[in-house]
Amino acid sequence: MTEVPISWFLTLSAVLFVLGVAGFLFRRNIITVFMSIELMLNAVNLTFITFSYQLKRVNGHLFAFFVMVVAAAEAAVGLAIILTIFKNRGTLNIDDVDSMKN
Amino acid sequence: MDVILFLVFAIIAVVCAINVVVQTHPISSAISLIGVMGSLAVLYLLLGAEFIAAAQVIVYAGAIMVLFVFVIMLLNAGAETRKGRSFMVQLLGVPLLIGLLGLLAYFVQRLYLPGVTVHFGGFRGGTPLDIGRALFTTYLLPFEVTSILILIAILGAIVLARKEMD
Repeated sequence: MTEVPISWFLTLSAVLFVLGVAGFLFRRNIITVFMSIELMLNAVNLTFITFSYQLKRVNGHLFAFFVMVVAAAEAAVGLAIILTIFKNRGTLNIDDVDSMKN
Repeated sequence: MDVILFLVFAIIAVVCAINVVVQTHPISSAISLIGVMGSLAVLYLLLGAEFIAAAQVIVYAGAIMVLFVFVIMLLNAGAETRKGRSFMVQLLGVPLLIGLLGLLAYFVQRLYLPGVTVHFGGFRGGTPLDIGRALFTTYLLPFEVTSILILIAILGAIVLARKEMD
């Protein structure tokens, strides 16, 4: 067998997405939470590319490209927000940033 | 050959992704995330997405991760202190995540019977030529909107991160 079943790619994507969700839920450092979001976006990109292969169309690649652009914009703004939070509160722990809870 | 390539880089990706989640120091997580992105770029090549693989390395593993590492160093982020996490998360988190993974894997296996397979060179429509042609014809409006989005993101980042002048 020299060909990879397409379900393996999709399963890998699911595994990476679930690991991203795990990092998002369990980690307390705001930068690591942000990196988990990037991991989830990567997993979704893999799904897009896989479906693009299956359908033999280029559309999935375009969607992956747009996801990358949005991820870049999100990273720039998000890291600026993290800088501002650190400047104002002096912490990176998301449990200490709870003004909206009370 | 393709199976070996897939397995090697899939295992690297999963191990690095687990490392992202379990490492307590942000810089270790960032390096592991670069590993995930690099191995995903190889898998994109296997799927015939040449342009996206290059963009993955340049934009994700290059630009975005440099931004992350830069912010980690700027903020001098140390290891995460582990204190009182929510009881519900401790109790339900892992079982629910395993349930989510099981559901996703189950539907993937049910939907894709072993007839559809991937081999290197099976799809050659992912070259920069094809991407560019689609981008500037069918997807012209979204492309222009993303340029506006990038502009807004630049302005937002500058406004948020600047020092107060007064």
